[in-house]
Amino acid sequence: MVMEEKEEKRYIISIIVENKPGVLYRAANMFRRRGFNIDSISVGPTERKDLARMTITINGDDATVEQLVKQLGKLIDVIKVSVLSTKNTVVRELALIKLHITDAKARSDIINYANVFKSRIIDVTPGSMILEITGTPDKIDAFLNLAATFGIKEMARTGITALIRG
Amino acid sequence: MVKMSGSHALIEALYKEKVDVIFGLPGGAIMPVYDVLLDSRIRHILVRHEQSAAHMADGYARASGKPGVCMATSGPGATNLVTGIANAYMDSSPIIAITGQVPRAMIGKDAFQETDIIGITTPITKYNFQPRHASEIPNIVKIAFQIASTGRPGPVVIDLPKDVQTEVADMDFPEKIEIRGYKPNISPHPLQVEKATELLTKAERPFILAGGGVIISNASQNLQAVAELLLAPVATTFMGKSCFPENHPLSLGVIGMHGTLEANKSVLETDVLLAVGVRFSDRSTGKIDEFCPDTKIIQIDIDPSEIGKNKAVDVPIVGDVNKTLIELQKSLSKRLEKRESSLWSKRIQQIKEEHRDKIKIDQGKDLVPQKVLRELRELVPNDTIVTTEVGQNQMWASLYFKVYKPRTFISSGGLGTMGFGFPAAIGVKVAKPDVPVFDIAGDGSFTMTANSLATSVTENIPVTVVILNNSMLGMVAQWQRLFYNRRYSAVELGAHPDFVKLAEAFGAHGIRVGSLDEFKKAVKQALKSDVTTVIDVPIPPEENVFPMIPAGKSLREIIY
Repeated sequence: MVMEEKEEKRYIISIIVENKPGVLYRAANMFRRRGFNIDSISVGPTERKDLARMTITINGDDATVEQLVKQLGKLIDVIKVSVLSTKNTVVRELALIKLHITDAKARSDIINYANVFKSRIIDVTPGSMILEITGTPDKIDAFLNLAATFGIKEMARTGITALIRG
Repeated sequence: MVKMSGSHALIEALYKEKVDVIFGLPGGAIMPVYDVLLDSRIRHILVRHEQSAAHMADGYARASGKPGVCMATSGPGATNLVTGIANAYMDSSPIIAITGQVPRAMIGKDAFQETDIIGITTPITKYNFQPRHASEIPNIVKIAFQIASTGRPGPVVIDLPKDVQTEVADMDFPEKIEIRGYKPNISPHPLQVEKATELLTKAERPFILAGGGVIISNASQNLQAVAELLLAPVATTFMGKSCFPENHPLSLGVIGMHGTLEANKSVLETDVLLAVGVRFSDRSTGKIDEFCPDTKIIQIDIDPSEIGKNKAVDVPIVGDVNKTLIELQKSLSKRLEKRESSLWSKRIQQIKEEHRDKIKIDQGKDLVPQKVLRELRELVPNDTIVTTEVGQNQMWASLYFKVYKPRTFISSGGLGTMGFGFPAAIGVKVAKPDVPVFDIAGDGSFTMTANSLATSVTENIPVTVVILNNSMLGMVAQWQRLFYNRRYSAVELGAHPDFVKLAEAFGAHGIRVGSLDEFKKAVKQALKSDVTTVIDVPIPPEENVFPMIPAGKSLREIIY
């Protein structure tokens, strides 16, 4: 049997929802129930008090994403669903990285790298540093690769949030 | 604005939605509502297990097209409703389930009879509510009915904390309501209708697969018009049974796992399939990749998520089935002349004749399910509404009890809930008191909700139960015979209970029949009876339901 090749791509889906308790649960429960594997999800308020925005990223093929969008649209608390194209979308993610740093050489190296990546140092102790970096997921990945050579103690990423340009 | 308690507001709001009956059972956390209900014009029907209340509301909804309402207390009362809610969800039936909840301050504290019914029912409801203030109740009830009964219908739960029921507030009952996240697409896109018309006019061998959506949308008449215009044979899914008269020359009966030979054979030859209100369930299509792989498919459904969910289609049309069929009929009739017959319709007749008597029925025996059900069809009027239990009884009913009018065949298709048929029949009878209602049952299924006999007798809701009694969990036994080397595991029920005595114990009639003649007499007696009748029909324990397409196989692999 010939299996159809399904191309896996990364999709960013922006969802405007009612800003009230239980909405995240309803959405998350649907993902679980229908077997959609979400890479990241971020939720926050919008310019309107009664609405919130969820931004989710998912790896999948067109058919999976189409079904995901339809299932989201069915949820009563979902007002609008858009699949964002990577071309005209501004995408940002924030990461906090705690590094294990003891010697002065490493410390000055990381400060140099941080400057290149426009990362800020927000906490320093004799044994550690916490850096903050904002940017596209690719930029954060690149910085994390670099930081890993110093020994990452802990790391937290927010998942992406996004808006269409214009 | 009127000042009243949450319970008063609930009953008033239900009354405004034209609710005339609630099926339920009280308990601690819903007592304030029951207290108000006592003085209201709404009839309450007391069940003996909450699961039955949900099935009754479901039966009521499917027979009448109006939402059915059931009610239970918190905790176990609410969880007992869950099977019935899931059943209604799978079959897109509009029910409103009202549950009591512990007082607001106790929620989340694992209080006595507290359960997270919102969490439990989220994946099996269209929506659910837990008002935190009594003043929200009028709005919530209005929205609940609108959501449950429009678009693709489904169950809605309203969970009422006890102190919200008693809280007094200013109530504002809205006439109309806007739900910004809920806008079902009713009107089909003209371009899609045009594309469908194009395909169908060019089709040489058009075929209609009609599902439950046709019944929900009250579209039977227009479906028939389109079928006759196209001279397209019509097979229904199991949920679609009754949407197209099964004595119509274009009818092929039910398709799928236990569908007719003619439906399952004919669909293999079609070039354009018009799928109307169906969801391409595995029970209807068999192995999905091998279902009509080279056929052009047009799919009409009000739920956009059903389009392409199980089967990729060529022309999707999102819209109300009835509205879409009206548009389709208009545009088809501009291009097509009505004909008496076509090559394709002759081919269909040929397939029908070839397979007419292919299924062997034991001629030596009198009381075999096939004969019993054909006999029953002869005996009861055409507007009789039949419900079924789940298993062999259900599939025999599907094959041998032909129906001619929409909403006269009501069964648990999606969830396959044993114990559905009898309480559903009671709900049907409440909605349609003037027509005879029969539950075609198996002994296993009927036992699950037989305590509803108490409800049917004490509330004066006479229905008839025909038990095809093989003292077996018959469908499981059939699979064990066919796929597990006849190793019977946990399917023999013994000859218990004695259904005649059981019926009598509840104050109903019980009749055991020993021949087809006795069966006829019993049915005639039941039709005249003003109390529920249970007819116990002993059938051979090892009878199989054929045809059958084994699970996961394609329609070609049908056995009979």
